Amino acid sequence: MIPENVMNQPSWYESSARARIEGLLDAGSFKEILGPQDHVMSPHLALFDLPPAFDDGMIIGRGLIDGRPVAIAAQEGQFMGGTFAEVSGAKLVGLLRAVARNAGTPQEVSTVFLLLDTGGVRLQEANAGEMAVSETIHAILDVRHAGVPVVALIGGRAGAFGGGGLVTACCSHIIISEQGRISVSGPEVIETNKGVEEFDSRDRALVWRVTGGRSRVLLGGADSYVKGDIGSFRKAAEVINNNAPPLSLETLEREQGRLEHRLKAYGNCHDTPEIWVIAGLSTPAGIADLTEDDFIDLLVKEGVRHDAR
Amino acid sequence: MMPDNLISALFPHGHTLSAGAENTLSGQARSGGRDVEVLGITNSTPLGPETAIILAGHVLKIVKSDNKTPIIFLIDTASQRMTRRDEMLGLNEYLAHLAKSIILAGMAGHRTISVLYGTAAAGAFIATALSTQTMIAVDGAHPSVMDLASIARVTKLPLDVLTEKAKKTPVFAPGVEPLAATGAVSEIWKLSDGLCAERLSRLLADNQSMNNDNRDVLGAGRGGRTMAADVAQRVEKAFVQASDLKKAG
Repeated sequence: MIPENVMNQPSWYESSARARIEGLLDAGSFKEILGPQDHVMSPHLALFDLPPAFDDGMIIGRGLIDGRPVAIAAQEGQFMGGTFAEVSGAKLVGLLRAVARNAGTPQEVSTVFLLLDTGGVRLQEANAGEMAVSETIHAILDVRHAGVPVVALIGGRAGAFGGGGLVTACCSHIIISEQGRISVSGPEVIETNKGVEEFDSRDRALVWRVTGGRSRVLLGGADSYVKGDIGSFRKAAEVINNNAPPLSLETLEREQGRLEHRLKAYGNCHDTPEIWVIAGLSTPAGIADLTEDDFIDLLVKEGVRHDAR
Repeated sequence: MMPDNLISALFPHGHTLSAGAENTLSGQARSGGRDVEVLGITNSTPLGPETAIILAGHVLKIVKSDNKTPIIFLIDTASQRMTRRDEMLGLNEYLAHLAKSIILAGMAGHRTISVLYGTAAAGAFIATALSTQTMIAVDGAHPSVMDLASIARVTKLPLDVLTEKAKKTPVFAPGVEPLAATGAVSEIWKLSDGLCAERLSRLLADNQSMNNDNRDVLGAGRGGRTMAADVAQRVEKAFVQASDLKKAG
């Protein structure tokens, strides 16, 4: 039986982008920018006889966490897979540019939170979406360069795929839940291109072992691991401060070392349990079977930290 | 294979470029009387962790030398490499690391220019050519997000219908012209006209605030992205107003 205090916790995975924003910010503090009432919609979906959305699946604005002003952007994974497109992308890029430009002014924010939930570029507007991803990456780095941390929160149904995987790894800090997945090419894309023997996208356990939250945080693709309820994401967001790594040559040199080491140590592995054996984890085959509390204990015990990104 | 035609067209005054591991190239060259660093990907190589980490390592070494030498990237990649093993190892981090290294070089005062002479697609395109301040397309360039056949599969539209739609808008079709219309490609050069070396030295001499990403404005002017720049600017204005509202409330 599910304990009552758990059952009553709204799940990040099941919630809409707007519900995630409401749960993350101080109550009533969200000020949306270019909201649905402004009717800023994709001009391209009509060509494909697809219905547009009044917010193009991207909700952006300002708000407070513990009284601190923050900027926030959330992708709605249930609209067109939360994809990067001309309008949805420009909303995010505009927000990030505003944060960078206003750093050090009375309008500044302390942190940017990106609630990514995306299959990547929206193929109906592929070129505009690709540019939006590239512009987002440039703008995230400008924000970090201005001294403001950018934090990714990953735990939605669409995961963080395609360009969304690159955007995630450009952030200062990544918070993920067990349900969160990060990857470039999705399992279905790899299966379509390379065959089912390369990646069986229907083998859900395999998909999560390769792309899922537990593997990502153990290997270094994410920094904070949280239980899948909105309250746990909020608690992790509250403690983020300016200790997040600055964008600097030193940080990237450390990342270079971290990624070179990973390739050397684990480059011949075929599945994550092989990696956990080499890494010396105590239950290499049973990571997926641990309870959430036991997995979090394991992270603390192993002292897993990957602070260079 | 080294792109000899391209190299001699860009650097007629000498270079020390040589092929490196994992289909990379690196070395120095002269352009317009100045030294430049040159890095590249050859052989339409799908971008995997090995190639990405080698290139990023070169870039960070150049930034560390602190001499502000321009960096020219000669790009012939493909899509990101599509294997379970690469995704398991965190390919997204390797590609992002390369993008960050190139953008950091720009912030640190290195002029960064990519010359696309082959294919580049999806995540590999973002991590390489699209991370430089200026992107040039030359003979043989074929940038894309995804080929039309794959877009047809995902959007569940017949290929001929999609091909027909691609004639009406540059917003999703592969190729230099559609991507130039959205602002991705700055200029298109022909190797055969003998002017590429001169064009490159002109670009290198132009060192006005190159870190201002204005590709959306370029895309609006060229008609390939009519809304992006305007939406981003509206958001920037509203951001300041939203902060005022908070104080008033």
